[in-house]
Amino acid sequence: MLPVRTEYYLVLSAILFTIGVTGVTVKRNPIVIFMCIELMLNAVNLSFVALGRHFGHIDGQMTVIFVMAVAAAEVAIGLGIIVAIFRQRESIDIDEVALLRH
Amino acid sequence: MSAQMVLFAVLATLSVVTAILVVVHRNPVRSALSLVCNLIVLAVLYLTLSAQFVAAIQIIVYAGAIMVLFLFTVMLLNLGAPEALRETGRVQGVVGVALGLSFLAAILGAGTISAGLGPSAATEESLRTGGTAEAIGRHMFEPGLPWHFAFELTSVLLLVGIVGAVVLAKRRL
Repeated sequence: MLPVRTEYYLVLSAILFTIGVTGVTVKRNPIVIFMCIELMLNAVNLSFVALGRHFGHIDGQMTVIFVMAVAAAEVAIGLGIIVAIFRQRESIDIDEVALLRH
Repeated sequence: MSAQMVLFAVLATLSVVTAILVVVHRNPVRSALSLVCNLIVLAVLYLTLSAQFVAAIQIIVYAGAIMVLFLFTVMLLNLGAPEALRETGRVQGVVGVALGLSFLAAILGAGTISAGLGPSAATEESLRTGGTAEAIGRHMFEPGLPWHFAFELTSVLLLVGIVGAVVLAKRRL
């Protein structure tokens, strides 16, 4: 018998994911939007680990490790893109760079 | 209420509050610091799930490397001043929160959370040794499992990431 039910972790994960989604829709600063994407990735990681424990299987944690590797690469590339956009137009308001050209 | 349940309640409250602070703060540096708190609380949650190795990786990779990248970019672009960006419209905020709440209701009402998961298959053995570095390493390179393929793909992905970051950072190739 688990000390804390897995469903509680899943509900917490859903709440964190929702906060990330709301942040992505509300915020205008692309760096904060990236942070909200990290929130969403972490929420999914939490549910992976919780479900892995629930089923007594280690595959949930394996997936989390690869999600973290992908997130690290994604942040490096994304922040590089933000810096490149900033160099070109001295502004990174997300509404002004809605087009992927200049 | 057991001690574990109290611990979970405290950690869950902390993680939700810090996540909301990430979104609410106008200053990106404060958002980043709230995100660090959130990541560390999540690492403790992984510990309560008996996933020690993932908790350590969480602190090293997320709270270490990724947060340094965020703070470095914020300071490089001098976005620390809150007036650097136009304020978010009030209507946009209200609509965003409403959409978020309906999204939360949708994912809570659908799928396994409302239906329940059934009895757990976790054993004393899986809870005690399921999250150690040894268990994860042995599982990753066990013949017959697909994980070492993903491991190799990750190395290619990180290489592409390095090359891409260098290309983006150069002013002119």
